[in-house]
Amino acid sequence: MERKTKVNAEEGKQDIFITREFDLPLELLFKAFEEPELVEQWMGTKVLKLDCKKFGGYHFETTDPKGNKHVFSGVIHDFIPNQKIIRTFEMANTPFGVQLEITEFEKLTEETSKLTTHSIYETPEQRDQVLKLPFTYGINMAHNRLEEIISKLK
Amino acid sequence: MEIRRDVFQAIADPTRRAIITLVALQAMTPGAIAENFDSSRQTISKHIQILTECELLEQKQTGREIHYHINAKKMKEVSDFIEPFRKMWDDRFNKLETVMKKYKSKK
Repeated sequence: MERKTKVNAEEGKQDIFITREFDLPLELLFKAFEEPELVEQWMGTKVLKLDCKKFGGYHFETTDPKGNKHVFSGVIHDFIPNQKIIRTFEMANTPFGVQLEITEFEKLTEETSKLTTHSIYETPEQRDQVLKLPFTYGINMAHNRLEEIISKLK
Repeated sequence: MEIRRDVFQAIADPTRRAIITLVALQAMTPGAIAENFDSSRQTISKHIQILTECELLEQKQTGREIHYHINAKKMKEVSDFIEPFRKMWDDRFNKLETVMKKYKSKK
């Protein structure tokens, strides 16, 4: 069954909602955000720090196909297992500012769950810039991931 | 002078978004558009020029007057601009699902 990711970004506003239903029990979905080794696998990033608790923080480093390193970091404002993560998000050396991310985890059935992320940007202009990013970077990254998956199949 | 016009840069400006909203309701002359704003006619004219260069607005000569129309096709392209971003997250979440299913079966 296909469970599509939905993105809702209203014109002129400074926030984005991302929702997705998973064919995974709630506990398993939440674990994907909690365990550094799992985050590394699905986000395709190196986890330098992931301190999942109130007053904690995280520090990721991603290497793009051209070999450039991108640093993502933030502080964790609240961390409620199987329910909610509130954190800030910042991509170093970009003009996109700091975002506030509120992610909620919901049980649908014993075997399915739902994720809702509400990202709030400093300005509507910054949000629109971020939305346009995948136009330039996304194609390369998706291609890279595809190659990765194919190489594992061999 | 800006040589290359970015359609997203064009709609990032609140005045230009307001112009699009007005013209979407009905085709208008530059004068009629300017009447809706406090800015000078020259300023509004510059905004209209940018929107026209980005092909979001189209000019049509009606007798002695020029009316601006919305280019529906171009607007559709703009409204689809979220798709690559959505696709990026969809790919990422598909991967999450695959990773976690493997993780579950390993246990």
